[in-house]
Amino acid sequence: MATETPSFKREMLSTLPSLRAFAVSLTGKHDKADDLVQDTVMKAWAKQSSFEMGTNIKAWLFTILRNEFYSQMRKRGREVQDSDGAFTERLSVHPSQYGAMDLEDFKKALAELPDDQREAIILIGASGFSYEEAAEICDCAVGTMKSRVSRARSRLQEMLKVSGESDYGPDALSTQVTTTNHSF
Amino acid sequence: MTKDNIVNQQRVRLQPDDGLGPTSDIGSRLRALYGAVQEEGVPDQLLDLLEKLDNAERTQTKQSSQGGE
Repeated sequence: MATETPSFKREMLSTLPSLRAFAVSLTGKHDKADDLVQDTVMKAWAKQSSFEMGTNIKAWLFTILRNEFYSQMRKRGREVQDSDGAFTERLSVHPSQYGAMDLEDFKKALAELPDDQREAIILIGASGFSYEEAAEICDCAVGTMKSRVSRARSRLQEMLKVSGESDYGPDALSTQVTTTNHSF
Repeated sequence: MTKDNIVNQQRVRLQPDDGLGPTSDIGSRLRALYGAVQEEGVPDQLLDLLEKLDNAERTQTKQSSQGGE
């Protein structure tokens, strides 16, 4: 028993950066994300006897965080939705093959996805979960998870194509995207 | 057991059949955004919280194992 605690803490520590990135994608704000992670850590600590060491602590923590997020949202009655949903704040310029502008566009496209599709594509595409794990985290069927990811991917591809083509004259959709961009 | 591992690895490798794998634009953009947050590190207040929870538990365990006086 005494040896379990330190490694529970260590396992939790190693998951925190990814858990926090998921929290930012849900809340769209760093300060709210940190509050959410803090609530999650306390919940998880209180429930640690229900966790079996050696099983997937990452999926377990993501499930607690996601449940906590939606239950807080319900309590607050969804109040002010931020202008953008995902990764809204300061995009730290990241050494990658993408220019900051390109990622800004992508971020906005991501923010326009329905919540369930956005979390699905983030869990699969960025957090590194399998469809089975992601379905468990979101409490849905594996098939549902697959179709959410697939719809999110086509929608993103469509939106990125439109914003890439906007130089050749805006159509109805790109005008709409441009309008949204100015709202924050 | 080794066999299972190999099967598992193959499953993982085959999975980016979903258009989000290493060569996909959307996948790598997602990971760039996600990675930027991950690399910020964990805020001190969170580390402190974890430390406090751990210490509180240790103290409690020590007290109860000493007979609860």
